[in-house]
Amino acid sequence: MITVNENLCKGCNLCTEFCPQKVYKESEKLGKKGIHVPVPVDEEKCKKCGLCALMCPDQAIRVDEEDNDE
Amino acid sequence: MVKGESPFMKYLRRDRLPTIFCAGCGNGIVMNTFFNGMEMAEVDFDNLILVSGIGCSSRIPGYVACDSLHTTHGRPISFATGIKLANPEHDVAVFSGDGDAAAIGGNHLIHGARRNIDITVVCINNSIYGMTGGQISPTSPKGSYGTTAPYGALERPFSLADLVTAAGGTYVARWTTAHPIQLSKAIKYGLQNKGFSFIEVISQCPTYYGRKNKLRSPIDMLNWMKESSINKRRADKMEEEELQEKIIVGEFQKKPEPEFTEKLCKLLEEQCVTGKPTAIRSAYQED
Ligand SMILES: Cc1ncc(C[n+]2csc(CCOP(=O)(O)OP(=O)(O)O)c2C)c(N)n1
Ligand code: SF4
Ligand code: SF4
Ligand code: SF4
Repeated sequence: MITVNENLCKGCNLCTEFCPQKVYKESEKLGKKGIHVPVPVDEEKCKKCGLCALMCPDQAIRVDEEDNDE
Repeated sequence: MVKGESPFMKYLRRDRLPTIFCAGCGNGIVMNTFFNGMEMAEVDFDNLILVSGIGCSSRIPGYVACDSLHTTHGRPISFATGIKLANPEHDVAVFSGDGDAAAIGGNHLIHGARRNIDITVVCINNSIYGMTGGQISPTSPKGSYGTTAPYGALERPFSLADLVTAAGGTYVARWTTAHPIQLSKAIKYGLQNKGFSFIEVISQCPTYYGRKNKLRSPIDMLNWMKESSINKRRADKMEEEELQEKIIVGEFQKKPEPEFTEKLCKLLEEQCVTGKPTAIRSAYQED
């Protein structure tokens, strides 16, 4: 599961651009801080490589290994 | 770990977040790669001390939940030298900008390398003075624009990785924020090297360097780094003209040599007449 923290994201879109699987899409609507927080729209394509979490300059992303949504 | 939280959050002072860095600034990527490299090198986080000077990049240690020192402009290597000499058991790393490390702090940099003292310097080279509003630095490419070079920089820039190699650094590498995996590994090797390690990170300051140099977004800046990078092994076989405007990445030096604090401790032990040197490790003898 992918989580993007709305309180930390500054909307740089590095994740949207550099995810090799193009999982993210820029959000159409503004988040609570007035930022277009990316949405992992194509999550099923995610290879869990962790690149987005490593590249997010604001530590806003978590990619869980297992899809255990309790 | 809190559910849905970045894997790096455990190393951060979460009450200070978000950082003051502009959206897409490379400083945050360097923080992640440092934590990644630190985990790979199996550095004990409780034994780590981070030191920095002044600049946007120098704010990094203030966000990290370990012991840290935010010092004066250009002097982090001097303070780090003191920390390491006071207790050589500590892992000491420095975060420094290109202005901090190569302009005002240039002498401390070359002498740290010459001594081969066991500290790891991560130099975030964004080719400009970010904090003070976009002035030209000693690494600004020739012809690049800044507030102090409205017609383009006239001077030749330093190649910091070459400079530190020549000065005696024993692990030297250069990568960019567009190479986070390679960069993490270089940080790992830097932390493992018993001696002066220098990791130059070509990074993006979209606010000043980007805006002045027609690389408007952080995405543009990372694409520019990716496209301009060439591995050192390939570059070594090429002519100088072919390498203009290229970013040479890879390992510049990997050559273990006797380390300074070890030499000093040995000398103290040999010369000490009371049988127990007190000038070094003195504060820690109880532990
Ligand atoms: C002794 C001294 N001289 C000048 C300054 C002003 N000053 C603050 S940060 C800085 C340069 C910052 O550039 P860099 O080290 O490259 O870091 P960046 O902000 O780009 O990360 C300067 C000149 C200062 N704080 N102290
Ligand atoms: S983990 Fe890899 S594939 Fe999955 S969203 Fe992040 S960058 Fe894309
Ligand atoms: S990389 Fe991080 S800060 Fe930038 S848009 Fe993606 S989640 Fe937000
Ligand atoms: S001014 Fe430049 S270096 Fe400083 S935080 Fe903004 S983007 Fe980063």
